[in-house]
Amino acid sequence: MNTIKVEGTDKGHVLLLGLSTCIWCKKTKEFLESNNVQFEYVFVDLLESEEKDKVKETLKKWNPACSYPTLVLNNSSCVVGFDEEKIKLELLI
Amino acid sequence: MSSEVSEKEIEDLYKKIKSAADSGGYILNPDNSFTLALIEGLIVNEKRYGYQACPCRLASGTKNEDLDIICPCDYRDQDINEFGACYCALYVNKAVAEGKQKLKPVPERRSAERKDSSAETVSTANLKYPVWRCTVCGYICARTNPPEICPICKVPKERFEIFMK
Repeated sequence: MNTIKVEGTDKGHVLLLGLSTCIWCKKTKEFLESNNVQFEYVFVDLLESEEKDKVKETLKKWNPACSYPTLVLNNSSCVVGFDEEKIKLELLI
Repeated sequence: MSSEVSEKEIEDLYKKIKSAADSGGYILNPDNSFTLALIEGLIVNEKRYGYQACPCRLASGTKNEDLDIICPCDYRDQDINEFGACYCALYVNKAVAEGKQKLKPVPERRSAERKDSSAETVSTANLKYPVWRCTVCGYICARTNPPEICPICKVPKERFEIFMK
């Protein structure tokens, strides 16, 4: 998966699956940035169809509703939607 | 994103959406920068896909598959009732608009309810005219064809389904 990496404090592997047009995805990204969390993200709507299908498959595994934003943490858990409290709890912010 | 869409385009669509909302009794999110960002997303999607798909959902690029998520989406009213806002929060209820209720993430109700029209059953009662239902606001009318635009929520006729016939 071609992701864009954002430098910050290592809180484990944090992957944001989002859409470039989605305001809640933008809020999630800004929240991670303002808390100096190291993460990588991908805007699924901007991908070419083959890559898009692959990422959608990955998303489906974590979040069967396939909604955005989905935050995958350490390849072991996920937070669906911009749920600030839950993200804080999971990342110990 | 902003380089693709002019302020004039955003302003024009905002006015159009606001006037339809006002006349139908819907409330736009009073957080102006938030609302304008969503409207910008709608314009980006219009340019990209040819229709104003919800900016917070991934459009397929095929209009017929996405009719239910063209803004205002088929899920707006249910989500406003249950969560105080539609999925992207462009539309909110009175309590949210007045700051009395806090916005929380609205879960996606789309997948589970995804319509397969072939499997859908329409009540048959041998009516003189079929009954059409607006999938967005629930407006119902009995006539040969649906109206060009819904008189209540202003969506085009393609958003009507046969409810009874």
